[in-house]
Amino acid sequence: MNALLGTSNPRLARGGALLLAVALVLLPLLVGSGFGNAWVRVLDFALLYIMLALGLNIVVGYAGLLDLGYVAFYAVGAYVYAILSSPHLANIPAIAALFPLGLHLPMWLVLPLGAIIAGVFGVLLGAPTLRLRGDYLAIVTLGFGEIIRIFLNNLNRPVNITNGPQGITQIDPIRIGGVSLAKTQDVLGIAVPSLYLYYYLFVILAMLVVFVSMRLENSRIGRAWVAIREDEVAAKACGINTRNIKLLAFAMGATFGGVSGGLFAGFQEFVSPESFQLIDSIMILCMVVLGGMGHIPGVILGALLLTVLPEIFRQGAAPLQVALFGKVVLDPESLRMLMFGVALVAVMLYRPAGLWPSPTRQRELGEMRGNVP
Amino acid sequence: MSVLLEARHVGKCFGGIQALQDVSLTINVGEIYGLIGPNGAGKTTFFNVLTGLYPKDSGAILLKGSPLPLGSPHLVAEAGIARTFQNIRLFANMTALENVMVGRHARTRASVIGAVLHDRRTRAEESAIEQRAIQLLHYVGIADRANDLARHLPYGDQRRLEIARALATEPALLALDEPAAGMNATETAALRTLIDGIRVDGITVLLIEHDVKLVMGLCDRVAVLDYGEKIAEDIPERVQSNPKVIEAYLGGGIG
Repeated sequence: MNALLGTSNPRLARGGALLLAVALVLLPLLVGSGFGNAWVRVLDFALLYIMLALGLNIVVGYAGLLDLGYVAFYAVGAYVYAILSSPHLANIPAIAALFPLGLHLPMWLVLPLGAIIAGVFGVLLGAPTLRLRGDYLAIVTLGFGEIIRIFLNNLNRPVNITNGPQGITQIDPIRIGGVSLAKTQDVLGIAVPSLYLYYYLFVILAMLVVFVSMRLENSRIGRAWVAIREDEVAAKACGINTRNIKLLAFAMGATFGGVSGGLFAGFQEFVSPESFQLIDSIMILCMVVLGGMGHIPGVILGALLLTVLPEIFRQGAAPLQVALFGKVVLDPESLRMLMFGVALVAVMLYRPAGLWPSPTRQRELGEMRGNVP
Repeated sequence: MSVLLEARHVGKCFGGIQALQDVSLTINVGEIYGLIGPNGAGKTTFFNVLTGLYPKDSGAILLKGSPLPLGSPHLVAEAGIARTFQNIRLFANMTALENVMVGRHARTRASVIGAVLHDRRTRAEESAIEQRAIQLLHYVGIADRANDLARHLPYGDQRRLEIARALATEPALLALDEPAAGMNATETAALRTLIDGIRVDGITVLLIEHDVKLVMGLCDRVAVLDYGEKIAEDIPERVQSNPKVIEAYLGGGIG
């Protein structure tokens, strides 16, 4: 937490953490009452994207491996949840004989399973690409992302596993201890709507992802990732098994994506290949690059901005134009993409390291003074 | 005197070019062994073969009597050979301290689970890594730059940092590829003191160098490569007067 807040003073850090916790609890209430529940939904998605962006940050930010197919792991996590926690599998006679209502495995089983399977897919992608870097790696990962999507689109024959382009419906909502997050629940006498319940679950999991990211960053493994990014030959000469450490980066990044995907499936109660396109991979990459590659607070900022700002545009552009010109001149959707493009170009021109890049180790400077005479 | 490293008939070619041909040499424990030769003689190729960066075509290299693992630089580093690079290869966007900490990788064990749980063993290991890295920065004399990014260090300090990072792997043999390249006389003199100190502390040094004065003053024995072949191996004084060496450097048959 200290690192995240950028302070080494423990009292200040504790105070900051407390403030942050209160803010995170109150945020959906303020947003919900101020702008309506649609915006709480946007917050929920922002949290999912924070987890995704932090996962991709391990691969791209730390290990420096450009991955343009990251959404594939999100898809794997989502489909694992969807298949194992919905009536869908009942369409296969062999399974229907045993489970006439389909498999309905609980979340605490399906989420980790999705994470592990996504991690395995991460290694599957990493293994053949170990010798590739930069643009070559980008092409292969791009292809990988497309392969996964095309498989999801076509794995409805001969055995219907993914239900093809129609996607899987009636997915079980996330339940914690038998309490469904899809319904308004009574918590200490207060009625908390579903969107808020999901928000609190996602906040907790996102904090966990941040925590794991931070611990990894400041470890032997994290240093090895950065060393590979900086100079692979020198990293090898330092005794780093670059093959294993790279595969580990792919696996860890994919695991985060898998968790996030599982949550997405439970939250939406519907998945289809539509949600996992190349543009989604690019968006997640933009979050990482725009925010500040390899810097956790920056990546979080990037994910927040790129989920919230487009929504503001989507909802605000038309009324604003009517107010200004008396009619809608530009379609809000194309305006949104235009502004997005302009923002990206501007950031890359004026802040090439991202909006919130990692400070040049000021923090460690303070800590180290005591040790070095 | 016991043998630390033995290269037997090592050969390496790139396409039609024989970069190394039948190179045999032995390095004894505790000596500073120089490897010199004109540009393109195969010195760096020998380094790259030795450290597993290039697979060798023929011959064998033994460290303390057992063959070096093939084609995997990280295993060579684990076995006890550390190196620096002719064109400095630091982790530019890491601090000097972190660069040296990376050097501890092969000698430490923390896994992902350890890193995430941050248990007592991991914490102890992590602080040992940091302490050792600070020690090594002091040792090479750049502790005051510990928190500067490697790319912000002056040239001479970058060379020193690379040596500190190599020492962090606890090598039996430290292989330095032209450590004095681009240094002025004062820096070279300081480097000489440093290398001498490393030897005194029990690490054998293999030195590729163009600075003949440095090599002759520092090395116990010198081997000379020319067109991929070893043409001499002896104490510096005798190598200097070896006619084959003089011919290789100055060209023969003038007048």
